[in-house]
Amino acid sequence: MFEYDPVLYSRILTGLTLAFHTIFSTLGVGVPLLIALAEWIGIRRNDEHYHLLARRWARGYIITVAVGVVTGTAIALQLSLLWPNFMQVAGQTISLPLFLETFAFFFEAIFLGIYLYTWDRFKNKMIHLLLLIPVALGATMSGFFITTVNGFMNAPLGFNLENGVLTGINPIMAMFNPATPTKMAHVLSSAYLTSACVLAAIAAFMILRGRNHVYHKKALHLSMVVAFVCAISTALIGDLSGKYLAKYQPEKLAAAEWHFETVEEASLILGGILDENNEVKYALEIPYALSILAHGTPGSEVIGLEEFPEEQWPPLVVHYLFDLMVAIGMFLAFISFIYVFMKWRKKSNELNKPLLWLIVSSGPLAMLAIEAGWFFTEEGRQPWILRGYMTTAEGATTSGYVDVMLYLFIVLYVILAVSAVTVLRRTFKENPVERELEKRGIE
Amino acid sequence: MNYELLGITVLWTFLYGYLIVASIDFGAGFFNYYTTLTGRGQIVKKVINRYLSPVWEVTNVFLIFFYVGLVGFFPSLAFYYGTALLVPGSIAIVLIALRGSYYAFHHYGHKESSWYQLLYGATGLLIPASLSVVLTISEGGYMTVNGDSVSLNYSELFTSFYAWAVVLLAIVSVLYISACFLTFYSHKAKDKGAFDLLRGYALFWSAPTILASFLVFLAMSRHNPDHFNRMMDVSWLFALSFLFFLGAVYFIWKKKNLGLSFILVMLQFATAFFGYGASHLPYVLYPYVTIYDSFTNETMAIALVLAFIAGLLLLVPSLYLLLRLFLFDNEYVEGKR
Ligand code: HDD
Ligand code: HEM
Ligand code: HEM
Repeated sequence: MFEYDPVLYSRILTGLTLAFHTIFSTLGVGVPLLIALAEWIGIRRNDEHYHLLARRWARGYIITVAVGVVTGTAIALQLSLLWPNFMQVAGQTISLPLFLETFAFFFEAIFLGIYLYTWDRFKNKMIHLLLLIPVALGATMSGFFITTVNGFMNAPLGFNLENGVLTGINPIMAMFNPATPTKMAHVLSSAYLTSACVLAAIAAFMILRGRNHVYHKKALHLSMVVAFVCAISTALIGDLSGKYLAKYQPEKLAAAEWHFETVEEASLILGGILDENNEVKYALEIPYALSILAHGTPGSEVIGLEEFPEEQWPPLVVHYLFDLMVAIGMFLAFISFIYVFMKWRKKSNELNKPLLWLIVSSGPLAMLAIEAGWFFTEEGRQPWILRGYMTTAEGATTSGYVDVMLYLFIVLYVILAVSAVTVLRRTFKENPVERELEKRGIE
Repeated sequence: MNYELLGITVLWTFLYGYLIVASIDFGAGFFNYYTTLTGRGQIVKKVINRYLSPVWEVTNVFLIFFYVGLVGFFPSLAFYYGTALLVPGSIAIVLIALRGSYYAFHHYGHKESSWYQLLYGATGLLIPASLSVVLTISEGGYMTVNGDSVSLNYSELFTSFYAWAVVLLAIVSVLYISACFLTFYSHKAKDKGAFDLLRGYALFWSAPTILASFLVFLAMSRHNPDHFNRMMDVSWLFALSFLFFLGAVYFIWKKKNLGLSFILVMLQFATAFFGYGASHLPYVLYPYVTIYDSFTNETMAIALVLAFIAGLLLLVPSLYLLLRLFLFDNEYVEGKR
């Protein structure tokens, strides 16, 4: 039927593994922050509910960590198995953050082990909370280091390539490439946002189910406040990411916006379809908005795809991925604002049904935004694996059986997903909050 | 010492660390399943839950560390092994993934699932077997290199006496190391029942370990005489290893100095492992790649070494804390906390 093409299968397998890993690693980066906040508030206010919140979140967290670790191990090894040519160059230039990342994992793993098994071991509760700091720091640092590698693929720096020979290598410059600042900030902020939304969605769902213990309301409140702050910062940093793209990867921004001609006062296009002549139809146009996104002023010039040879255009579907991410970002900022506003006004009931349902939807939607964002940035880099230096096809393996391996990993991820969901459900169903509160003698 | 040698020594040390901690873990999986079948499951399970669950992630990181370091210090190796190992590598990943998720799932899924126990036991033997293939391949003779195309010769590999001898040694050593450690741990935990059982396993698996080692020597002398001769140059290391082995078994048999006996086990494997590694050099893949021609540029090497030192300063105290809390804290070990 199809001719066997290792490049295609390698791309699909890489995309699959990363899409799966990112669900868990995003939670892995974000959730420790929320656990730490809950435990801290618990100590400050001497409120057992928040202590229990931290405990229960941590219990779910360890399961997502486990899947994050095993899929992370998979992607790390797969990078060499599927992209040996790329890794040969990457090893020379960008292996420093990869190497540092393992230290961050190490650090995180050690303290997570200690944290999880020492809830009641210290008299001073602050000591237990302090153990979480290395966990959160380790997770954040690993997110940071891996993002610098991805930034390097987008904006390679810190080496010279002449006739296939690498010279003048500078690992620090490679790490702090132009993509790193915005990318790192956006990835971290969106990870915190997503984790807060997922936890808020669970709490809202419980309240909708008729569980009206104040515990759930406290959980909802804490996570919604975090979501609000992070939704704002994610959108602001996203705007900076757009400015980064305009300067260093204009073809990606142009593809995201179906922006073919270089013009001033460019307008932003939302939705729509492309006909065969690359004319945009049925789209919503916001005048000047693209110029503002790209350079901050309505009159500035935005580079269009016409300046690039057509075989170097990224796939134009990334437009929808970009729109999806931005739309969800606006939506999350909107509902978290409504919640915070109603809560602050005291008179209005922030626990009304429609709002709670919207909050329930925010968890899956935030995760969808993460996936859309990553697929946008990775597809938008095509045809390059190392922008300007090496194409994806050049980086790929030539070996056989990549297709069989793809099927093998599909089966693995199905098993992991099903078991993770089953175990999570069982853990919390068999031990509902109300019973645990009683058992611990909190009330 | 040049950077090439320094780099490979650091990595080899981490692989050795993985060998020890992972063996403890892998073997425990097997014993856990085996004792469940024979109706004595509770005994080993307690040790697994108390000691292994808190540290399994750390075990995994040892492997990742070795691998990432290898790519960093010796980028061309990533190319050769990456291309050739797609299938065995992927299988190892799948096994590791299933096993890693076991801890979290098993620990919190309240019901005991016999299916998961089987998985946990089986992966404990299959992972060392599949990982040992990498060392086998490094001896050369199984890979065809044609310019830019690299391929693994599966029929050659599966019919090779040397390859099977290594697999055997890997599995037997895992069981031996694990049983020795668990003997020591159950003694510390003052768990008499577990101690008697595990001590029996430790003694049982000691002789096969030595026999399998001799088998590997024999097979090596035929498969790669060049490497074998160089191993003979450092034969004192292997002799030392044998002495450590005798000491370890003696103490376990006499039921004394069990902590020391486990240290002797570690030394037994350290001497053999470094003897093997040192004589393997300069080749990392016979006869194509040496540590010198696959090495990264000097800037990166310095950066990695510096990062490594900084990392160690962070990790050693943390590891110490972990071990103090879970391994050397008598009250925890005895299950009072
Ligand atoms: C909850 C998730 C989420 C939300 C709500 C948003 N983003 Fe985003 N975005 C990501 C999650 C994300 C991400 C998954 O973190 C990405 C993928 C790769 C990356 O660096 O970050 C990303 C990438 C990304 C890029 C590409 C950066 C690059 O290729 O280097 C741009 C230009 C934006 N985003 C812009 C925005 C804007 C203007 C938003 C307005 C609300 C927005 N994002 C919301
Ligand atoms: C975690 C979120 C991520 C997701 C969901 C993701 C998704 C994808 C997808 C869909 C592809 C295939 C693109 C294509 O070939 O059409 C891809 C390629 C790739 N990604 Fe990412 N990616 C993520 C993060 C990263 C990071 C952080 C790195 C850097 C270490 C990375 C490295 C790669 C490599 C090496 C390829 C293959 C080459 C290529 O296709 O350009 N990815 N990823
Ligand atoms: C957006 C991209 C990514 C983020 C934010 C991220 C973050 C994380 C985090 C936080 C963990 C720890 C597990 C947890 O706490 O849940 C983890 C595990 C892991 N990740 Fe990723 N990761 C990303 C992509 C990648 C890529 C592209 C690679 C491959 C180079 C990778 C390699 C690993 C490895 C090897 C582990 C397991 C480490 C261990 O054994 O403890 N990650 N990742």
